[in-house]
Amino acid sequence: MARLLTIIKGGRVLDPANAVDMTGDVLIEGDVIKAAGADLSPRASTGSARTEIKVIEAKGLVVAPGFVDLHTHLREPGYEYKETIETGTRAAARGGFTTICAMPNTEPAMDNRGTVDYVMQRAAEQGLVRVLPIGAVTKGREGKLLAELGELADAGCIGFSDDGSPVADASIMRHALEYASALGPSTIRQDSGQAPSISSGQAGSGRGLAIIDHCEDPQLAGGVMHEGWVSTRLGLKGIPSASEENMVARDIALARQTGGHVHIAHLSTAGAVELVRRARAEGAHVTAEVTPHHLALTHEAVMHREGYERLAYDTNAKMYPPLRGEADVAACIAGLMDGTIDAIATDHAPHAVQEKLCEFDLAANGIVGLETALALSLTAAVTLERVVEALTIGPVRALGLDRSIPGIGTLSEGAPADVVIFDPKREWTVDPADFVSKGKSTPLAGRTLRGAVVATVYAGEVVHALEGTGA
Amino acid sequence: MASSRTSESRAAPQQVTEVPLAADESRVWRRRHVLDLDDFSADEIEAVMETTAAMKEILSRDVPRAPALRGTTIVTLFYEASTRTRASFELAGKVLGADVINLTSSGSSVEKGESLIDTVRTLQAIGAQVLVMRHSMSGAPYLAAEHCDARVINAGDGWHAHPTQGLLDLYTLRSRIGALKGRRIVIVGDVAHSRVARSDIWGLSKLGAEIVVCAPPTLLPAELGKPREDLSTLRPSSGQAGSGRVALPDVTLEPDLDKAVSGADAVMTLRLQQERMAGGLLPSLREYSRLYQVNEARMAKAKPGAPVLHPGPMNEGVEISAAVAHSAASLIEEQVQNGVAVRMALLYLMRGSR
Repeated sequence: MARLLTIIKGGRVLDPANAVDMTGDVLIEGDVIKAAGADLSPRASTGSARTEIKVIEAKGLVVAPGFVDLHTHLREPGYEYKETIETGTRAAARGGFTTICAMPNTEPAMDNRGTVDYVMQRAAEQGLVRVLPIGAVTKGREGKLLAELGELADAGCIGFSDDGSPVADASIMRHALEYASALGPSTIRQDSGQAPSISSGQAGSGRGLAIIDHCEDPQLAGGVMHEGWVSTRLGLKGIPSASEENMVARDIALARQTGGHVHIAHLSTAGAVELVRRARAEGAHVTAEVTPHHLALTHEAVMHREGYERLAYDTNAKMYPPLRGEADVAACIAGLMDGTIDAIATDHAPHAVQEKLCEFDLAANGIVGLETALALSLTAAVTLERVVEALTIGPVRALGLDRSIPGIGTLSEGAPADVVIFDPKREWTVDPADFVSKGKSTPLAGRTLRGAVVATVYAGEVVHALEGTGA
Repeated sequence: MASSRTSESRAAPQQVTEVPLAADESRVWRRRHVLDLDDFSADEIEAVMETTAAMKEILSRDVPRAPALRGTTIVTLFYEASTRTRASFELAGKVLGADVINLTSSGSSVEKGESLIDTVRTLQAIGAQVLVMRHSMSGAPYLAAEHCDARVINAGDGWHAHPTQGLLDLYTLRSRIGALKGRRIVIVGDVAHSRVARSDIWGLSKLGAEIVVCAPPTLLPAELGKPREDLSTLRPSSGQAGSGRVALPDVTLEPDLDKAVSGADAVMTLRLQQERMAGGLLPSLREYSRLYQVNEARMAKAKPGAPVLHPGPMNEGVEISAAVAHSAASLIEEQVQNGVAVRMALLYLMRGSR
């Protein structure tokens, strides 16, 4: 078999993990990174006659490690009408993501090895990018009894979450943090078309696995949007910021108590950002993510829709946690910039059209995010370098994904050949009909965003190329 | 509502000899739907007030009929129980000669799980030209207006708005105390859960009244009456419309009812839902009535002759004392009477809008 080399030429190579930011090439051999840096064409041309070389021109474009999403709802099994592993991973590839972590709120929930194996098998057969499963914390995500976290870890789960719901019972959360702190990650080798081979977790890595919590105090929640002047204006029941902050504060206390690792999903309030900032300064094992929409949009999106003059009651701006106020958006941006927040995660939550085309109170929660994540993040007041970091090595380090997949989120030699090529200046107008995700629900319809993924390379293969770019 | 405005042609002149109207009515009235008072101009409110006066004259006739809406089909679609509002709309339509079909959520396709959009499209398909809608969920009439061609009147949606109640309250108030500009109007009670309060506040603010809101903090909606620094500084990157829009009308909060009513030109009371106690929002009816009941002693502190309003149905002895409810100051019966005329006025004004 001929040796296959791919060279991505002349782009701005941005590899935050290795502090690389230079114009140059990325050289791929088969499915691993060979080198990344300045002009690498001599190295590419030294191959034997049996070497096949593919060249991708990237002049004027950014070349970075493939994006990693810690928070994707793939909906399969159980809700294939909303999304499947096939459509979800296609959407991921289109958004520049080469690794997505699948949330376990499927039907049945990923609270057992069989369901996780099924998801991994489907991902191997039909997935366009790498899927890493997140196991449920509790059986049936009911918050009552711990799921078999050890077996879930052996099956390849990289963390645990009852996302969609918080782990409401503080005692269960405490025990989950304690229990998961002794579990090691598995090493995952996923070749396309084959079931992933998984070597069982090494103990003693010292960090354990994270409990990823959807922070919402059930007694304070119960509303349908952020509690503020817009909820007053629209007569909709609000969710106070304290609902999130109360749970974040509890989780921090439990992380301190147990030494366990809590990862706060989709931070949305200024108070919660500040709680995480202080906890980290004091050494608690707390990491956090923020969604692009919480960096770029406020609760006003519920009231105003692009090109629509009446009160919108826009169900495409309904999600948990809700879009919040200006000060919260500013705090999320500041938290991302100063490292309080490790990662940008999409919370890609596809729903069928009819689940959004209804009264606001009845509408499903969540919007799609994979295909707009880069552009929306760049549109928010965040730097390009930090956006790339928070979409690559940030999430990898937050959950220790490199323990399962060495080199992931980097362009280091020997790392998986996962690369995104994007044009940070290219403007495009969001048209949900163009999404490859089955979910079309986004408050961004009609908005012009800046930053377009030109090509996505997963395991050395081009899995997405923007039409007309020749990539 | 500029988008609908641009697509509308001017109201076509019609021969309606029975209805004496202000001459410039068609000049200010281009509105297709009545969803809330937040987007009403003062001129539009004036047009409704003047037309309401004309409708009151019709209602005072021996045979109160003026078939200006003959051939118009009005459907009242009530997803929530109502006595006075539904009856008031039905009567208003019938006085003007329209055909009125009344639908409630029980005994209709709604109970079979039909979506709101499908229901309103079905009603449009069978010929409904005006849809009068009551719904327990805020924003539902907006959804109807977006998805069907009928003209939609919001007859109350969730906690959000009850614009016809707001207009009849304005009319009733003005009939008693005259122009509202600069007048001190006190709204007391469960503002958080009240669509009537929200529409009253919008309407009063459009007419330049000084609005004083009195309620326990648990029954106030978020941010009402609070300073709002963030509203004028919408970041350009959020790309959302904001400049030039009023976020919330200005009101003054005064949690002490005795202070609130001092020097008041009028007092508007709100119904207290009994379930507020279960939610932990209030300790007891006894305490609520002690602190927030509009009674004679408190009304004595208002301006002499200051009227009292209540949208009904009343809990006498809770938010309002029986003595005040049945006093000369009470406008509660007038509110109900004016409700028919205001709804006639709206139906009439909307006849030409397309």
